[in-house]
Amino acid sequence: MTTDQQRILARAAKEITAGQIVNLGIGLPTQLFHYIPPELEVLVHSENGVLGCQLIDDNSEADLEMIDSGGTYIGTRPGASVFDSAMSFAMIRRRRVDMTFMGAFEVDQQGNLANWKIPGKFSPGIGGAMELAQKVERLIVLCSHNDKHGNPKILKRCRLPLTAPHCVSLVITEKAAMQVTSTGLEVVDIADGLSIEELRAATEAELIIDETRVGRF
Amino acid sequence: MTRLNEKHVAIEAAIAQISDGASIMVGGFGSPGTPFALLDELLKQGQKHLTLIKNDANESDIGIGKLISAGRVDRLVTSHIGLNRVAIDEMNAGRLSVEIYPQGLLAEKIRSAGAGHYGFLTDIGIGTEIGEGRQEVECDGQRWAIEPAIHADFALIHADLADHYGNLIYRGTAINFNPLMAMAAEHVIAQTFHIEAPGNLVPEQIHTPCAFVSQVIQVDPATSEQGRRQHDN
Repeated sequence: MTTDQQRILARAAKEITAGQIVNLGIGLPTQLFHYIPPELEVLVHSENGVLGCQLIDDNSEADLEMIDSGGTYIGTRPGASVFDSAMSFAMIRRRRVDMTFMGAFEVDQQGNLANWKIPGKFSPGIGGAMELAQKVERLIVLCSHNDKHGNPKILKRCRLPLTAPHCVSLVITEKAAMQVTSTGLEVVDIADGLSIEELRAATEAELIIDETRVGRF
Repeated sequence: MTRLNEKHVAIEAAIAQISDGASIMVGGFGSPGTPFALLDELLKQGQKHLTLIKNDANESDIGIGKLISAGRVDRLVTSHIGLNRVAIDEMNAGRLSVEIYPQGLLAEKIRSAGAGHYGFLTDIGIGTEIGEGRQEVECDGQRWAIEPAIHADFALIHADLADHYGNLIYRGTAINFNPLMAMAAEHVIAQTFHIEAPGNLVPEQIHTPCAFVSQVIQVDPATSEQGRRQHDN
């Protein structure tokens, strides 16, 4: 894992508090598992049908019938349950999952999210992303601030097909934590050592920055 | 429906009921819950032009991945095929027709068939590309999309435990789509590691009552891919 990813995950972990039901999307968000202290009473939901996932230390001891939605072998923690796919998504649509973390190809200042399809290049399907994005009260996007060519991923308006409109609450990148508000994208925290000018230059979206309130991470 | 006392049959006879062009629901999310032994028998028997309904495409060398790689599947109804490179290539080459649904809608469309409904109304996907083309209605001042149920000729199911009448118990994350599909298809073939005499399963613990199940097949975990590790991570 890169230091940028570690910075994103450490910042994201601060959003998780005791008593919550949390879903971790495939990819970087799944790594958040390692940042949740075992003593914190949180149940991790995985849409293949588990509430209360737990990391296992040794894959050779794995129960072959127990995976999370990314295909990693898992255990369960006290209070866990397993169930079928219809119930798993009923839990999501009924807003019984408090928070979900997802990756993004693009996210914009209206809180629109695109993370499932790049027409002509990448279209393996949408999995559970659409229902999680549309229905979970608090959706936190974890992604790199720019793509591998340096192009901004935090946009004025998404260009790729949307996973869901107006669904994102908070965006955390290696450069900033940005909250979606009714007036736009407001910077909550900015990465240590990065200037506001540098952040604006790396971002297409218009950022609301109150220098007296913005934190560092 | 098969009589209660005639459901425990040999795998060859059960799969031989499937003909070319059949539509088949296949349980499983990734490997857990995938009825590998039934799929391997289907591969062996040679049925083709199949429509498969499964959450994912497995990986290219196991489960329905083998059937897709062998060119036996015309159409796949699914939510995500990202772990199967061959399926993606076949889709892009136009040899495999792939119909993608959001995972929860796919589950609910199958559940709806199993419950005997035409379909259901949902707000999932309204205003997105994936939700385009659906018939919509207005109820109580809100837009809803009509999602018809998905039916199939057959369902291939993996259960952990069964009895001779076809009562089924699933385990862990191998539950996933299995109990939904076991209610939705016309003809339901379940493989299981253990078959007990009726009366040996606890009634309250049965996930799928035997009324839905046509046949049960006992498979040996040691000779099935169920017992083989499929993930390196």
